[in-house]
Amino acid sequence: MTGTSLRTYLLTRLALVVPMVWILLTLVFLLLRVAPGNPIEAALGGHVPPSVVKPIEHRLGFDKPLLTQYGDYLWNIVRGNFGTTITDNRPLSQIIKQNGAATLELTFFAMLIAIVVGVLIGLVAGRYRDTPVDIGGRLFGIVVYATPPFFLGLMAQLVFGVWLGWLPTSDQASPLTQALLQTHTNIYFVDAIWDGNWGALWDIVKHLILPAMTLGLITAGVFLRLTRINVIRTLRDDYIEAARARGIVERRVVFVHAFKNALVPVITVVGLNLAILLGGAVLTEETFNWPGIGHELVLYLQNRDYTAVQGIMIVFALVVVGVSVIVDFINAFVDPRIRY
Amino acid sequence: MTYVPPARAPRTPHGRARLIALGRATKPIREASGVARAMFWSGVAITVFFILLALLAPVISPYNFNQYKADGHRFAQLAPPSAAHVFGTTVQSVDVLSRVIYGTQTELEVVAIALAMSLTVGVPLGLISGYFGGILDRFLVLIMDAIFAFPYLLIAIVIAFVLATSSIGGGILTAAFAITAAYVPLYFRVVRNHVISVREEPYVDAARALGARPRTVIRKYVFFNVVQNVPPIATLNAADAILLLASLGFLGYGIQPSQGAEWGYDVSRAVSDAASGIWWTGLFPGLAIVLLVTGLTLVGEGLNETMNPVLRRRRFGRFEFEPVAGPVEEAEGAE
Repeated sequence: MTGTSLRTYLLTRLALVVPMVWILLTLVFLLLRVAPGNPIEAALGGHVPPSVVKPIEHRLGFDKPLLTQYGDYLWNIVRGNFGTTITDNRPLSQIIKQNGAATLELTFFAMLIAIVVGVLIGLVAGRYRDTPVDIGGRLFGIVVYATPPFFLGLMAQLVFGVWLGWLPTSDQASPLTQALLQTHTNIYFVDAIWDGNWGALWDIVKHLILPAMTLGLITAGVFLRLTRINVIRTLRDDYIEAARARGIVERRVVFVHAFKNALVPVITVVGLNLAILLGGAVLTEETFNWPGIGHELVLYLQNRDYTAVQGIMIVFALVVVGVSVIVDFINAFVDPRIRY
Repeated sequence: MTYVPPARAPRTPHGRARLIALGRATKPIREASGVARAMFWSGVAITVFFILLALLAPVISPYNFNQYKADGHRFAQLAPPSAAHVFGTTVQSVDVLSRVIYGTQTELEVVAIALAMSLTVGVPLGLISGYFGGILDRFLVLIMDAIFAFPYLLIAIVIAFVLATSSIGGGILTAAFAITAAYVPLYFRVVRNHVISVREEPYVDAARALGARPRTVIRKYVFFNVVQNVPPIATLNAADAILLLASLGFLGYGIQPSQGAEWGYDVSRAVSDAASGIWWTGLFPGLAIVLLVTGLTLVGEGLNETMNPVLRRRRFGRFEFEPVAGPVEEAEGAE
């Protein structure tokens, strides 16, 4: 310890968020605004008379100078106003609330599956390094990584949905459940438990299994690799050697001394993986027609709705930065060496 | 194992130094053993298979990638695999096998262009930023880290979207640009961080003390030490880029259907077929993605496992004794 307190560390970390968010927001703005072509014409399907385009342009402030637009853009975000879509006049806050909840439900369970599967296989593979178990585990990791979520999802739909007929292949819940379920949080899973509506919960779980497994298994590859490497690295550490020298049973050395420390960096990667997970979520949602934020993004991309795309990108940027801060905080609590 | 300390390399004539560097870099691959070796070579075999497939596509492929009739009659729609169409046909009556074979061309072409572009942008930026440091370095690191933290699929999607909507339109170059933008930060980070550690090495100091200009120091002393990190990452990156291209294709931002066959696009078309139990339109292009990405990943991982001990040995090379064989970990950590 160099004397830096936890509070100083946390404050420094928070201060670093500002430039990062600002850069991401600026990049989103530049990417979507500097591109050639008129976004409003694109949204309306091209070749529209100026009398139609001009009022919309004025309403969205697209007729102002670029720098003013940039200022307005940042100011609106600071005030929590992420804009309204061009094509269907939907405020972004509504998209975040409704579709964001669906994405949260999917990514949460996917992450859970990824961590359980990845860490377990990684631990075993690392412990039995270079044995057939390890090679099998690593091959599993590589193949899982090499499989795009939409392909795994398609195959899962074919096998479990069409051929076996066990599970539904699209949507977040059946229409009946969607109509009858009371919304408290917009997260169906939580809402069903809230009301003690077990029939609805069962329906929701059935809809959740295939998408969450698809996204989870694909993300598991990263956890597997990382856990395996960490176990190998930790098992070579001096303190493990020391534990062995003290005559502690090998099993205890591995499970108590090594695994615990090998898992610390995995926490960090949960955060880093969010970027991969969010990318995968867009594809998974699209494959399973899951009404999440990624599904909306693809829809608005197809409709060439610039403000919707911009708003959703802002949301993603804030989520990514927010999670990275949270992960750093957790790490600082868990591992005092990090508080530089 | 004969070891040539890096400090001696500058004294040998120019071409010879390069040869030695090359020999030293490939040596661990030739001498690798066991699992790493098996993984590496099976990866090479798969990759070579696909490269051959791409090169020989016009010869091997039974039909063209958008051909829906032959000898004056149209192929059956959604025909299951048969002798005439080994992988079946799509809803447009196109032969799936031909699309898979021609798809190899598209994937490899786009990924090669994208990799070349991200290397040409990322590596020099990393070299300059890492070597000179200062405000430029801080600025670049801030930007690159911000982009790096963002889901790269989303970056690629937005860029593909913007380019496709603008006058430039979709196509191979648009897809390649989108992929490039997503990967430049990775190369920048890897190269820059390595340059920072190499910059303080005695031989670099010595070169500077002798009055070499920054250009010369970077080109002759820093570059070759840093660039060795790149092949494993570039190979793993190629694997990733194929997934990214397929994902763009799946979302409709890849290659135009008339331009060439693309596996991700084919899988996206197959999603609607799956509801009626039609599996062949999605299975084969999907398997092609998995197989090619697995092959490239195996090569990358193999390179990683074998190359890294070299880097280790180099860093500790000033000592007289042979260092213990280093642990096999990735250089880039968690990707």
